[in-house]
Amino acid sequence: MATNQEDIKATADVVAAVEGDPTAANTANYFEVATFGEYVKASIAKVKGGDSGILPVIVGLVIIAVIFQSLNSNFLSAGNLINLLSQGAAYILLSLGEIYALLLGEIDLSIGYVAGVAGIVMAQLASAQHNWPWWAAIIVALIVATAIGALQGTIITRVGLPSFVVTLAGLLGWQGVMLIILGNGGTLPISSNVLNDLANGSLNTVATVISIVAIVAIYAAVVMTREIKRKRKALHRSPASLAYIKIGGAVIGGVALILISNANRGVLVPIRGLPWVVLIVVAFVVMWTILLSKTRYGRYVYAVGGNAEAARRGGVNLARVRTGAFALASLTAGAAGIIYASRLRSVSTSLDGGTLVLYAVAAAVIGGTSLFGGKGKPIHAILGGIVIAGIDNGMGLLGISAAARLVVTGLVLLAAVLIDALARRSKTAR
Amino acid sequence: MDQGGQTAANDSSRALLELRGVSKHFGPVQSLTDVNMSAPSGMVTALVGDNGAGKSTLVKCIAGIHSPDDGGHIYFDGKEVTMKSPKDAASHGIETVYQDLALCDNLDIVQNMFLGRELRKGLFLDEDAMENAAKETLASLSVTTIRSIRQPVASLSGGQRQAVAVAKAVMWNAKLVIMDEPTAALGVAQTKMVLELVRTLADRGLGVIIISHNMNDVFKVADRIAVLRLGRMVAEDRSDKFDRQIIVDLMTTGVSTRARSEDALSGAEGGAH
Repeated sequence: MATNQEDIKATADVVAAVEGDPTAANTANYFEVATFGEYVKASIAKVKGGDSGILPVIVGLVIIAVIFQSLNSNFLSAGNLINLLSQGAAYILLSLGEIYALLLGEIDLSIGYVAGVAGIVMAQLASAQHNWPWWAAIIVALIVATAIGALQGTIITRVGLPSFVVTLAGLLGWQGVMLIILGNGGTLPISSNVLNDLANGSLNTVATVISIVAIVAIYAAVVMTREIKRKRKALHRSPASLAYIKIGGAVIGGVALILISNANRGVLVPIRGLPWVVLIVVAFVVMWTILLSKTRYGRYVYAVGGNAEAARRGGVNLARVRTGAFALASLTAGAAGIIYASRLRSVSTSLDGGTLVLYAVAAAVIGGTSLFGGKGKPIHAILGGIVIAGIDNGMGLLGISAAARLVVTGLVLLAAVLIDALARRSKTAR
Repeated sequence: MDQGGQTAANDSSRALLELRGVSKHFGPVQSLTDVNMSAPSGMVTALVGDNGAGKSTLVKCIAGIHSPDDGGHIYFDGKEVTMKSPKDAASHGIETVYQDLALCDNLDIVQNMFLGRELRKGLFLDEDAMENAAKETLASLSVTTIRSIRQPVASLSGGQRQAVAVAKAVMWNAKLVIMDEPTAALGVAQTKMVLELVRTLADRGLGVIIISHNMNDVFKVADRIAVLRLGRMVAEDRSDKFDRQIIVDLMTTGVSTRARSEDALSGAEGGAH
């Protein structure tokens, strides 16, 4: 193992092993690192090499928290943090959808208004006029959103048009459809309590504790089983201490979330508990993480984004992978639209799908997803979405104008894209 | 593997791959004319020729990307075969490593080696089995310079990338590996590593066809040399029947009257037309 450390520093030196280093054959076990110290070193080397991962956005979150907390002591209050999470939920979900397009190296500009259309379908079906049960309204809304994505994806892949143009047409077209259904300046209220609670309701305090403990326990179990199994089979794994750190982090995060959720944040009447919407977002992130990292389809999404020609030669059906990704993007956007409508308890023509989609792209990129394809994870949407919601929320607390907030959000996005582009450049320069 | 060492070089009737009278035209352009060629198991056959001689076209005919004109025959493992797609070629055991390697930079080594042929356990990917298979293949090729099998391909050197592409090809029970300019754009040490890898493949009993411009590499690694000129095979023989100057003559004029210093042999005339 002693040679491993040198190897980390010098990929170029590998040649020395060919030249006849007799120990090379013995130490070449294809493990990356064995100890935590080496892991840290390798991570630093990765960042230097341009693979920054989620580090910049974590640093950004800390900076945002420090700045806004020092300017307004309400920023890190339990009530505001929960508020921030539910504010950010729609962005996070939209951004989760956008990640599918970004992973392919494409973009989907339409998902803001696809979200709007899904919200309308749900509100219409659940309205007194049609009186569908809430769950049926949600399912149909999600199906409609998925179909829209599949249609756009089919046009992009089968006809071979740029996704930018097709989804720009979608942005305009679905906005028009929304206006037609809603009428000029129209509003469609949601009367179903369940639908309104999706974004506004909370679990009771006991259920909050139970659900968060369960999530943390499942996460810890997954991390530990994987660690033990890979150790037993002598497969590649990260150092054991990293698994403990991950679990420790999850426990700390879980406890913190329980404390802030169960603190009273009501002004007139006491309000406690974890908002439903947090669980919905977590469910989507878990689902898409499993799909993208554990299934063949997910692997192909990354492969197509990384090198479409290599994927094609490997026998991957490019059209199917791409169309599927646009459908999944729209499906997730549909969920975002439902949450957005639920939060406002209505759908109205004031929904600005153009801005929403740009925020979604911004959140994904700020979180660490590459605009150039092939790099990104669902967790990036959460981190980036919280950054955007945090800026919005923090500057709102300070009473800063909406115009100034746009400027700052724009600058943060620019910084994120810059990091992405620089990382890419230093990678190819090697 | 069933070949008997040096004699196999001339005993082409028993070669792993046999081309007989293969032609290929694109519209009015005749790229290959009546090409005969063989590639035995356990040997490295170098395919050389000037730019535009038809090397890539010939290789693509073998790899199933182009289908040759009617009238030619391709025999593989003693049976006549027709390759309509790269998948057909792969099902026979013919794998091609292209110059651009066709690797995804953002995926790690294991993911690249199994791209398009992932192993699954139920709905999910069987990462453990894939990692083990990839590790075994790399180890069997004596590729010892790769630090981690889970590092993205983007972080590998040129020679290592070549090694991964080759490992990817041979993992699927390939019998014949075709390599297009494997040492182009590599440094001296990296070239050495790749040539050793080529040798390892042949020593394991695989047939190897290597396209190269670099005469140094050709003479270092090839057991047999086939020279294409303007779509015709002008010479094909054991590499000790050639020297550098003869090859250059053959590539440029199609004939060589030079005698090789050691055995005064005119290796080319038989193949001239």
